[in-house]
Amino acid sequence: MRRSSLTGFACSLIIVIGTTGCSRKSVSPSPLRPTAFGSALVESSGGKQIGATGAVLAQPVIVQVNDEQGNAVPGALVESSGSAGVSFDPSNGLTDSSGQFTTNVMLGGMAARYQITASTLSKAQKRVELQLEETALGYQEQVGQQIDEKYCARCHNPESSPERVSNYDNLEIKPHAFTEGNTLNKMTDADLTAIISHGGPSLNKSALMPPYGYTLSKTEIQALLAYIRLISDPPYRGSGMLYVQK
Amino acid sequence: MEADKNPKSTVWQSLFGDPVRAFGVVSLLLLIFLAIAPAKNHLSEWRHYQQQYLTLIRGRGDAVTLQRHLQGGIQQIWLPDLGVVDRCTTCHVGLKEASLADIGTQPFRRHPVIPHKLDEYGCVMCHRGQGAATTVEEAHRSTLAWEQPILPARYVEASCGQCHRAALAGTPQLNLGRTLLARYGCVRCHTVKLPDGGTMMATDDPPSLSHIADKTTREWIYAWLKDPQAYAVSATMPNFKLSDLDARDMSAFLIANSTALPGDAATLPVSKTAPDPTAGASLYGESFCASCHAVQNAAGNVVGGDVGPELTRVGSKVKPEWLQGWLRNPRSYDAETAMPHYRFNDQQLSVLSGYLESKTDSDLLAAVHLDTATPEQVAHGKTLVTEYGCAACHEISGIKKPENFAPELTRIGSKPITQLIFLQGMPHTLPDYISAKIRQPRSFGAALKMPQFSFTPAQVDALTTALLSLTDRSQTLPRALVAAARQTPDYKPAGKAGKLMADLACFSCHTINGRGGDMAPDLTWEGSSVQRSWMHAFLKNPNTLRPALIRRMPKFNLSDGDINELTDYIMTVYQSPGIDRDSLPVSGYPTTQVEQGRQLFYAKYACQSCHIVNPKSDKGYIGPTLTQVGSRLNAAWIFNWLKNPQALRPGVVEPNFNMSDDDARALTAFLMTQKTASKQEAKK
Repeated sequence: MRRSSLTGFACSLIIVIGTTGCSRKSVSPSPLRPTAFGSALVESSGGKQIGATGAVLAQPVIVQVNDEQGNAVPGALVESSGSAGVSFDPSNGLTDSSGQFTTNVMLGGMAARYQITASTLSKAQKRVELQLEETALGYQEQVGQQIDEKYCARCHNPESSPERVSNYDNLEIKPHAFTEGNTLNKMTDADLTAIISHGGPSLNKSALMPPYGYTLSKTEIQALLAYIRLISDPPYRGSGMLYVQK
Repeated sequence: MEADKNPKSTVWQSLFGDPVRAFGVVSLLLLIFLAIAPAKNHLSEWRHYQQQYLTLIRGRGDAVTLQRHLQGGIQQIWLPDLGVVDRCTTCHVGLKEASLADIGTQPFRRHPVIPHKLDEYGCVMCHRGQGAATTVEEAHRSTLAWEQPILPARYVEASCGQCHRAALAGTPQLNLGRTLLARYGCVRCHTVKLPDGGTMMATDDPPSLSHIADKTTREWIYAWLKDPQAYAVSATMPNFKLSDLDARDMSAFLIANSTALPGDAATLPVSKTAPDPTAGASLYGESFCASCHAVQNAAGNVVGGDVGPELTRVGSKVKPEWLQGWLRNPRSYDAETAMPHYRFNDQQLSVLSGYLESKTDSDLLAAVHLDTATPEQVAHGKTLVTEYGCAACHEISGIKKPENFAPELTRIGSKPITQLIFLQGMPHTLPDYISAKIRQPRSFGAALKMPQFSFTPAQVDALTTALLSLTDRSQTLPRALVAAARQTPDYKPAGKAGKLMADLACFSCHTINGRGGDMAPDLTWEGSSVQRSWMHAFLKNPNTLRPALIRRMPKFNLSDGDINELTDYIMTVYQSPGIDRDSLPVSGYPTTQVEQGRQLFYAKYACQSCHIVNPKSDKGYIGPTLTQVGSRLNAAWIFNWLKNPQALRPGVVEPNFNMSDDDARALTAFLMTQKTASKQEAKK
């Protein structure tokens, strides 16, 4: 113990001497000079993705700079910024020949919705901004997401693919998509838990929604609820919801 | 000289000339030194954060409760069994405060919901870092005295993997990483010893190269060695970045080393009549080849299963005689293949092989021109094949499987940073090192043998996570803490039926007694579930039970003898001990009970949301069609299934309704009246 602390002390001494010896000025990269200016920023793709906390989103975020006529502007400078914890690779750059700027987005370490902002300067040096939103799922929400995919999505998600045909169109009474914030946000946690556990009839709703309380554990239902709350659009602002501020 | 000395000596004189004055000065100095420690303590970072926390909670409605929870001073979680001494909670004071959900700033965030209690596991078990430290810098970042900095959030699932050897629902990234380690053959070169004494096993099935000349040409081998993904984008074989000459010599050796198998050169007796161009495609579809094999479509998407190799350009690879022999009986070339032995007739063989032969890519071999190999080239090829460790994955006659070919990765997640060689400009952390090694192995040295894989960024992250879970701690954990991986049993059905099932590769899709694939239903208790006559008819001509599925049971063209053998075996052996097949009758239920069951089916339980009984009105597309369920399932099975589906087939999607016995009996009665139409029965 004593020996290690001694060496530790010696090491830190060396570090202190070493770091004070050299300058700590960070070398700033040569600033990018825009060769053109646009007047509008539009999203090409990459908004409203759902990823895991701390992970790089599956798709890059691509934004396009347009001029007043709506034509793409190559060579315009786009800068990106986001709520705390979000990082970009690259964080700024010039638009390519098709007027687009592509960046990979890494979300922060907590389950939340993250605002990201892309901005560019117009000819008149006015800042034009575009706001996008991404969602990061934590442990609990990821468990919920998997339960959704296994048990719920076949009916609650109207999107159909050959690999997973949606049952949505076959149902007489249409279920609500989990992103339907306008409806689901009005329901309390207790109501949603009741409907999941005991089926539609428990809240005088359709029996087409079966009970899952004997199939899923309480923890699993809580996880599903956390997931539903996090992905709802418009966002759920009840207790327990997190919205990362800048 | 004296003039120089004079002022100094006067200072000395003024301070220490007089013993009383000297005593005073020394005491003052001592006092100052003694004050350093309390001053440092008073100005410490953690005190600053605890003060900040108090300011933060001051205006809140629950300030009193929060303040009561806050314990000042250095906090510590001490877990002697795990070697954990964590003082993180000294600054991270709000970890357990559910009401702090709206706080986004560190170190005051609430800890997200996880299945473990913080007091039982501490912090460094999952987050790494130096738990005993009380300054931000020392706790989070790597110092020379501490090799484990904080684990970035994107890899945090690695920590779950230290104890949990089996796949967990909440760790998709770790699960994917482990699957990739096994599927891409990583563990064939790199040994990964597991704490329970076993080693991580590969799940890929690299083909034997001992008879490769029967199967393909030297030109194709050359092109494949140069760039496997040019032949098939989904190929798991990595790119060894071989020079033209090395690829030339290796292909020469592999061809020269190959021995012929009888049967691979046999040609079909049928004359080659111009085949119907659509017949091949429809036979490919009917045989459900796409359940296992993928093909790249015009849009560049790889569509189909990943059990077998991608077939986009298979016509540029395989020799027609070999392909026919393979389709006739794959087991005569590779006894262990996952491919079932379809009993195709000669006509079908010629149609299907013709169809596959037409899947060519003229660009693939256009630039490949190889002269006849010289003995020197063959010898050099053998050296290269040995050096690159080809035999670690592939069986090659005359070359021994190398042992410990690549560095062992058993404890890679705890590798000291001082033992790593970083590239210039690269962050000096273990996760960055591992992911760079996976992404660009040769950038660490042109002479390195590790090949270039074509992983997506998400796959690289997943692999890094899986490797970071292989820590010292994972090897030395107390037994009680290890959640062991589920052992895959080595179940093999016995007798003639067992041989038949191996021949048909049933286990490639179906699981029985814990062993097998997950593409098709678990058959462990199939004998309790279905009626004998249905089983027999299904094996003869598999029809669709689940209309929404694109992967279905293929028709194997079985003989009546084989069908009887299989049916008898399934009906006798795959019986659930909990179900008495004869406890409920096949028919003869009272009409009132049937009608009650119908009411329950449509109103109380709304089964039509997932199932179809009346094809005209019901549309449910998730569960199997129940139009003929009375001719398919046993009544006792239906009853038990309705009572608790998961007890009969773990993990099945149908929810448990907690149904009363009466309801289950009535529903069973209703379902058992759904028989095969009499028209078809008359046909029989």
